[in-house]
Amino acid sequence: MPILRKLLRTPAGAIGLLMLAVTLAATLMTPILSPYDPLALDFAAAMQPPSTAHWFGTDNFGRDIFTRILAGAVFDLRLALVCVFGPMIMGVMIGLVAGFYGGIVDAALMRLTDIVWAFPFYVLILAIVGVLGPSEANLYIAFFIVNWIGYARIVRGETLLVSRLEFIEATRVLRFGKPRVMLRHILPNVVTPAVVYSMSDVVLTVQAVAAMSFFGLGVQPPAPEWGLLIVESIDYMREAPWMAIFPGLAIVWIGIAFSLLGEGLATALKPKG
Amino acid sequence: MLFAISKRLLMLVPVLIGITMISFLLLQIMPGDPASRAMGTRASPEELQAMRELWGLGKPLWVQYLYFLRDCLTGSFGVSIFHKQPIIDLVAERLPFTLAIVGYSTVIALLIALPFAILAAANRGRMLDNVVRQIFVVVVAMPPFWLCYVLILWLALRMGWFATGGVGDGFLANIGRLFLPSLVVGLSTAALIQQSLRAALIDTMKADYIDTARAKGLRGHEVFLRHILPNSLISTISIIGVRVSWIIGGTVVVEKIFSVPGLGSLLIDAIVSRDLPVIRGLTVFFAIMVVIVNLITDICYALADPRVRLE
Repeated sequence: MPILRKLLRTPAGAIGLLMLAVTLAATLMTPILSPYDPLALDFAAAMQPPSTAHWFGTDNFGRDIFTRILAGAVFDLRLALVCVFGPMIMGVMIGLVAGFYGGIVDAALMRLTDIVWAFPFYVLILAIVGVLGPSEANLYIAFFIVNWIGYARIVRGETLLVSRLEFIEATRVLRFGKPRVMLRHILPNVVTPAVVYSMSDVVLTVQAVAAMSFFGLGVQPPAPEWGLLIVESIDYMREAPWMAIFPGLAIVWIGIAFSLLGEGLATALKPKG
Repeated sequence: MLFAISKRLLMLVPVLIGITMISFLLLQIMPGDPASRAMGTRASPEELQAMRELWGLGKPLWVQYLYFLRDCLTGSFGVSIFHKQPIIDLVAERLPFTLAIVGYSTVIALLIALPFAILAAANRGRMLDNVVRQIFVVVVAMPPFWLCYVLILWLALRMGWFATGGVGDGFLANIGRLFLPSLVVGLSTAALIQQSLRAALIDTMKADYIDTARAKGLRGHEVFLRHILPNSLISTISIIGVRVSWIIGGTVVVEKIFSVPGLGSLLIDAIVSRDLPVIRGLTVFFAIMVVIVNLITDICYALADPRVRLE
């Protein structure tokens, strides 16, 4: 894994990976790290401030917030990763086809991206899920409709540049099939900026997924999704601010991890010279 | 210039038609009969029938689309089921607040980004540059809706410096009232502006005409204020243009939390009350706003930088 080694050599990439590894390990080891149940109610322990027994305090139902945040990581990471990398694959393919074939295919696809691009991200996502009804599946549909655009634009531009290079000319002389040229020869040379972009996309998507729960349009209670944890804390903001602060910091933590990873990847994947 | 602008306006026509099509299709992906979904279970059969006729349901899809296009072209954007008013009237009441947050947040973003960009560019590659970059990594990682609550908790409830939400009467009152929502939207824009402005400053510092300016005897701060800064700020205009869709989208979240009666609150309320014509009309309106602001920033960019010409 030469890329991984290069990534670990950049300080940002190494710290980002470490933060993600810690998150993943903590998620997997939740039962060892915490004796509490993320869903069981315990009114005797309600709204306790952070202490050695409850690191991040407890909520209005006496549930341990540290445990709920660890249990919620599964929801937020799954949603964010699917909502970024699913549309990313779609966008990369569309951009590749548009840039490679050019002409009317390109013109049509690019007009479509222009039009979808005009809708503010949050407005379109909210409207789609608002119309379809709140559920995790509909959240995926909304993000698949919206999130591919950036990747299609980036990859199309790169493909236009690479297609003019000599080694692609050579594949034409060799009479390679078009799918083979696109996937084996162009794709590896155009995908880097899309990968770097996807890291900052994860940062924004984690926030968007949580925001959708906040509007009641995402994951439904009593799931310990981070956005939901924040919504449920609002009525107790004065008495128990830790209920809102720590789930938010979890989102910040993931955001910083992926930002650093993106910074590291940009350095590690930069061509020499 | 005028010719170029009118050509740009003409090119917008297909984009605007596309926008209405996407918004129209939005309601087509909904399962079930739109009229009964929209009116709820309490509607009488007569009301449902009136609704179906108003929207042209039952007619072919393209006729339904033309009904909607007619509503957009005549300027009403459809009629709200909940408010029983043309959507454009609802928009007119709320638009000033949304535009105020968009403008105010951009000003805040510039005021935050400018000193940090200068600081980072002057110390490029050194510790301070790195510290500034990491500060903005943290800023970008903060989810806006959570940041709203942290600010309310800290600056409004604890310190009592700001109101927890709502809007005031008149311009001066709203400078205080809209500060926190605009700050939340502005912070994420500031991160982007800081990054691009830092790069632009570093590029400009290396330009030949800066050496010329120094050679003719201008002092350091004169060179900076009269040559480096203005030329670097031009690139910020196009960044704001690219970013405007995100800024406008960001207002939706903060408006709801700070109870600002803007377009975003209207959208969320429409989603909660299943007011489908409002959802559809507003998506069109939001997209048109983005297109118009994009056009304005393009024109400003061309005016500010004579090398750029509108095509």
